[in-house]
Amino acid sequence: MPSTDDWLNNPLGVVEGMFAASQNTPNSGWAAKAVAFFKDRLKEKDAHTWVPSLNDVPLHYLKPNSLVKFRCFIQDMFDPEFYMGTYEAVDPSTKAKVLRCGKYKDVTECGVDFNSRSTMTAERHTFYCVPIPGESPWVKEGYAGSSQARVVPSTSYAPTRQKRSYEEDDDDMDTDTQPQKQREPHTGPHSPTEPHGNGDCKRREKEAPSSQAASASHLDLNFPLPGEKGPSCLLKVYEEWDGFKLNEAVEVFGILSVSPALSALADEDASSSLLDPAGGMETAEEQRVHSPPASLVPRLHMLHAKPLPHNNPLLPAAGLEDNNSAFLSSTLREMAAVRAELLAYFTHVLLGDALAAEYLILHLVSNVYTRRDVLPLGKFTLNLSGCPAVASFTERFYQIIQQLVPSSYYLGMTLQNMNQMRLVPKKDYVANRLLSGALQLATNTSLFLDESQLEQGQLDTTGVRNVTALGNLISWQKVDYDFSYHQMEFPCNINVLIASEGRSLLPSDCQIHLQSQVAPPDLEAYLGGIQVHPQASQLNKFRMYLSVARQLDYSIADEVTKSVEDDFVDMRKDDPQSISAEDLHRMLVVARLLSLSLGQTSLSRDSWLRAKHVEMLRRSRMEQNKCVNGNEP
Amino acid sequence: MSSPLSTPGGRKRGRTTNPSTPSSEGPTSPPFQRRRGQDSSTGDLMPMPTSPPTDVLSPAAPLDNSLFSSPRPSVPPNEVDMSSPLMYGTPMRGTPARQRPDLGSVSKAPQVDLQSEPPSADGAVASEANAGQRHRKIFPLSLFIDPSSSEDENTGLDLNEPLYMQKLEEISVVGDPVLNVNCLHVQSFDAELYRQLICYPQEVIPTFDMAVNELFFERFPDSILEYQIQVRPYNALKTRNMRNLNPEDIDQLITISGMVIRTSQLIPEMQEAFFQCQVCAFSTRVEVDRGRIAEPAVCRHCNTTHSLALVHNRSLFSDKQMIKIQESPDDMPAGQTPHTTVVYAHNDLVDKVQPGDRINITGVYRAVPMRANPRQSNVKSVYKTHIDVIHFRKTDEKRLHGLDDAEQKLFTEERVQTLKELAAKPDVYERLASALAPSIYEHEDIKKGILLQLFGGTRKDFSQTGRGNFRADVNILLCGDPGTSKSQLLQYVFNLVPRGQYTSGKGSSAVGLTAYVMKDPETRQLVLQTGALVLSDNGICCIDEFDKMSDSTRSVLHEVMEQQTLSIAKAGIICQLNARTSVLAAANPIESQWNPKKTTIENIQLPHTLLSRFDLIFLMLDPQDEAYDRRLAHHLVSLYYQSEEQLEEEFLDMAMLRDYIAYARTYINPKLSEEASQALIEAYVDMRKIGSGRGMVSAYPRQLESLIRLAEAHSKVRFSEKVETIDVEEAKRLHREALKQSATDPRTGFVDISILTTGMSATARKRREEVAQALKKVIQAKGKTPAMKYHTLLEDLRRQSETAITKEMFDEALRALSDEDYLTVTGKTVRLLA
Repeated sequence: MPSTDDWLNNPLGVVEGMFAASQNTPNSGWAAKAVAFFKDRLKEKDAHTWVPSLNDVPLHYLKPNSLVKFRCFIQDMFDPEFYMGTYEAVDPSTKAKVLRCGKYKDVTECGVDFNSRSTMTAERHTFYCVPIPGESPWVKEGYAGSSQARVVPSTSYAPTRQKRSYEEDDDDMDTDTQPQKQREPHTGPHSPTEPHGNGDCKRREKEAPSSQAASASHLDLNFPLPGEKGPSCLLKVYEEWDGFKLNEAVEVFGILSVSPALSALADEDASSSLLDPAGGMETAEEQRVHSPPASLVPRLHMLHAKPLPHNNPLLPAAGLEDNNSAFLSSTLREMAAVRAELLAYFTHVLLGDALAAEYLILHLVSNVYTRRDVLPLGKFTLNLSGCPAVASFTERFYQIIQQLVPSSYYLGMTLQNMNQMRLVPKKDYVANRLLSGALQLATNTSLFLDESQLEQGQLDTTGVRNVTALGNLISWQKVDYDFSYHQMEFPCNINVLIASEGRSLLPSDCQIHLQSQVAPPDLEAYLGGIQVHPQASQLNKFRMYLSVARQLDYSIADEVTKSVEDDFVDMRKDDPQSISAEDLHRMLVVARLLSLSLGQTSLSRDSWLRAKHVEMLRRSRMEQNKCVNGNEP
Repeated sequence: MSSPLSTPGGRKRGRTTNPSTPSSEGPTSPPFQRRRGQDSSTGDLMPMPTSPPTDVLSPAAPLDNSLFSSPRPSVPPNEVDMSSPLMYGTPMRGTPARQRPDLGSVSKAPQVDLQSEPPSADGAVASEANAGQRHRKIFPLSLFIDPSSSEDENTGLDLNEPLYMQKLEEISVVGDPVLNVNCLHVQSFDAELYRQLICYPQEVIPTFDMAVNELFFERFPDSILEYQIQVRPYNALKTRNMRNLNPEDIDQLITISGMVIRTSQLIPEMQEAFFQCQVCAFSTRVEVDRGRIAEPAVCRHCNTTHSLALVHNRSLFSDKQMIKIQESPDDMPAGQTPHTTVVYAHNDLVDKVQPGDRINITGVYRAVPMRANPRQSNVKSVYKTHIDVIHFRKTDEKRLHGLDDAEQKLFTEERVQTLKELAAKPDVYERLASALAPSIYEHEDIKKGILLQLFGGTRKDFSQTGRGNFRADVNILLCGDPGTSKSQLLQYVFNLVPRGQYTSGKGSSAVGLTAYVMKDPETRQLVLQTGALVLSDNGICCIDEFDKMSDSTRSVLHEVMEQQTLSIAKAGIICQLNARTSVLAAANPIESQWNPKKTTIENIQLPHTLLSRFDLIFLMLDPQDEAYDRRLAHHLVSLYYQSEEQLEEEFLDMAMLRDYIAYARTYINPKLSEEASQALIEAYVDMRKIGSGRGMVSAYPRQLESLIRLAEAHSKVRFSEKVETIDVEEAKRLHREALKQSATDPRTGFVDISILTTGMSATARKRREEVAQALKKVIQAKGKTPAMKYHTLLEDLRRQSETAITKEMFDEALRALSDEDYLTVTGKTVRLLA
């Protein structure tokens, strides 16, 4: 059995060993065995924390051909590739023909016999992966903190490191075992006063890849959100590629390949295509996108992947279903208490408006849990109108949200943004890739639309299209990607929160007008006093609470169903205008979210009444508002 | 059968050395000579050596001998040589053979994939052995008759005559040396041959070429072609979908569908290099082998080393074009991005397709390994794949001409069986209706209407009698209160049908709906971009917020909704496009809430000319009744707590419904039975009678047409080829329901079709007449006053009339009188004329 170090540091050796062992027995299914081997290893307690992660370790610290993990988002899917699964090569020393395995590798060894009978072609798929868009800083830190990987800096860490030959690093792992960067496993994030005080050494490391990216800025890494940083990689998938979907968040364990030979080969291809038009199936752009330099976009040969049901480092990674009942029951017990705390906090933030705070909680735990033909169920887009015109309010508000949810994005709906930003992903046929847009987001990302930024002016064609796309996203939870000759619909699950002064021009499931308990003259002072950073322990409680509540199962018992129906009929009897089918839809969602936010997995009569009450309050406030403003539609 | 190796320009097929066919070298009479005599005499075929699939692997030589054993002394030997397959590749009566780069004119590249087939055991050897048989086999294929053929390519051909002989005749007339062969025909003729064609296209297609050329020049000895005929097989069933391509398909004949997304410039590709010795001027030709030219190191004539130089302008080049195709959106699983594939077109297939075209490609799938570079020890272990195209077939081209059956979905036997079982159920109509948009509650009749719209009527062609096409598509308008899930219903339909379009009236312009001309940024050509209505040809165009559409946009719909065409005259492009689309529109009432005191027209403010083009107009209103509320509540609540599986059991799933509709639309073409026509006549007469008692017309021929369409659609639902009385009954019922809702005169409570056809109910028109007469009396009573004040006149009229006269009514009366040239209104004065 290979030791820990072997499967971590030299996974290819393990694979090749299995391949060689299987040569005498046909149909041994060695490939499946190899995958199972790594899966088993990773199942062991804490084993996955020993694997260094591409997310928090700079690429040049990682040893080529070692096992790494990557928490990523599938941004694009390239065409399938055929590669040499097994091939015959001439061993340079013995001159004997050897059968080699081409799996999990980008390049073959020397002396390949192309005409050999034993060459076997196999298929693999390539996905372009980027870090999860809009991932909050606390998530990144949380994951980085829990990592126990021993990362060894390369001895020749210098700007010229990309040029170093790759034979060298075969031995530097064995000699140097002193980890330069022993991360102290910090239990909670840093104090509120010092958001980034995590030591200089870390910052230095972070800077290295970013300067690298800057130097190669001509290469667009195609992140969905502007201003994002991080590694992207080409993920090679060897089996069950049909199970992966675009925009899925996965944690991948695979073999890192940064062979400089790849870039060299790409260069050569590009130059040779000029001479030989027949070889130039790919244009220069396509070449650049599909074979970027390995030092910038490493290749990751997947051994094992698991979908991320959530992206919260504070929660057990496996999700809530199995063997975590202890964790679940303990959190459930605390939920009501945490909720009260969170409500108080939100009330404080929302200028003393408890009702709006209540709705904000409901919004943050909402989740599209299923679709009935075209109708997404469970979405709860909130339009928070009446936000004070003080410019900093919405931004401050977003900062608070960002601290609580694993991923979020702030989209200021300025005219310029609307007219110029690419919200909807578009297929670029020249480079043969999907140009990302800001609406290409992972499940349960919070999208914060700041409509208070909108001023008078004209929307051009792009602007109209962008606003339509936002409307579609909110109403149907889908984005129509632009494939130039046709559109393709991708369902999504994004929590949209619209902050506006008046009623939003976008549709929403629920609108609530903020009623400030603070007198306008004191507003500035009050806003300044809002505690943006609560206690760390409290923050963690909130974060956990929101993630857990969203993942709970939910059901309605028959007797409650009955009473809900009765209620509806009664309400209609009194005044048919008062409640429509749409209102019932909303009330059912509110009741669901209310129960979940209290940690109850089935609807109780109390929750239903409470949901009704809350809705009534909200509606009466809307009526009032209508009377005051008069011009509201 | 192997061609002589040294023939210049000759084609090397497979592994060309095969000692088992020595007899082929002799100047004997080729087989066709014999056949020609027979063809001309009786047209009957002599019992030819049958080639059962069993002797596929038997050595070919004895068979060949039997074929070649009947020399005809009368034939001059040189003619024999010219037309013999032995000389294939040399000019055939002066007709040069053209290289087929699509098949790779070089000896076959080593098989990349050895997983799928035992290497060349029955590859090259078998193909060689079969060559003789194969090209004999194709002769019976030439007699292939396909009476069931309905393909567009075969228009103008007599279906009862041998199909391919007619095509050859066409070639001799037109002079386009290409013969397209449907692989399905090959398969129905000989499954084994078909298998070989699929597996070894590189070897089999040249033998097809040979056989066809023999046959052609024997039949039409005097015709002059630019090149020898090339056979282009299409419709191989091997692979239909780009996603299914895998290493096993390499070097096989495949057909995939997709959409062209990019085409490259023309690439001249060297086929044959011409070398000349610098020393002795000896020249030699070298064929390009896998994209490489093996430069001869030694001159064969003078034995000087490295003395040969390439002479470019004496080398042979062929046209080549790189085309990228993308998976068509219908083939893709949800949540993945479409795949693309590189395709190479050669010679005359270059520039046959444009980006945006939807095509079916038949070709040979290739995988090229990265070239081994001596300077490099490592190579990328990835193959580059592409398809060498043999045949293009545009699938959307036909949409401009006729019905398209290329997209006919292929149903498996079991699927058809399940569909038929479902159709046999007595309540299939109700079942399907409830399966439609299950998340939307009730509105059974509306769902039934939409269901019938999905099925559509039978297409009829009256162009011979001058009427043109008869609309078979059902148009439906939904109007009603906001928030009655109209949009949701539209979204559902849009998602259900394969060629649906969804637009919102608010955002769409006339050009967005029809078509517009734009300059292609790449080619700088003017191209016609089709809009929603054209794109949904043969589908359904869902238009939300119909009422918010601008008048100019709406006017486009007039033509579409009755003639089902779109005429465009723009930037020098004048054309008429088909838009045989069903329109499903939703409109909100003008006052945001439906006013039951007003008619449909008044509520939605749409021109009646447009309204009358809708077969069914439904009102979606809030019924406001307790029992309904209870059921609605139950429905909604269950939506939120039932699991996916529970609902699956209750309803048919969307895929089933989709298949059912697709099957019915394609295969069922019901005709009116005698009783049904009687019932329709009665129904129509009844409808006319209802109104006639009160001096109103309650039905027009348009309504009769609607009834017919609905009845046909209903019989399609039952998978019945005959429209029967029950279909008519249901059509009548549904039509009446829709009418009851939308064409009821709120003043009288009667159904009055004229609301929809003229925009005004008969009672309203009568009243207008009365007011006008009263006004006339008032004016006449005033005596000879040439001009009157508007207000005093209104006052006078009000005093005289016993009913209340509104200003609108007064205005209408004035307008009616001015139409009679009795008076004229200028500003606030009314003048009498004459």
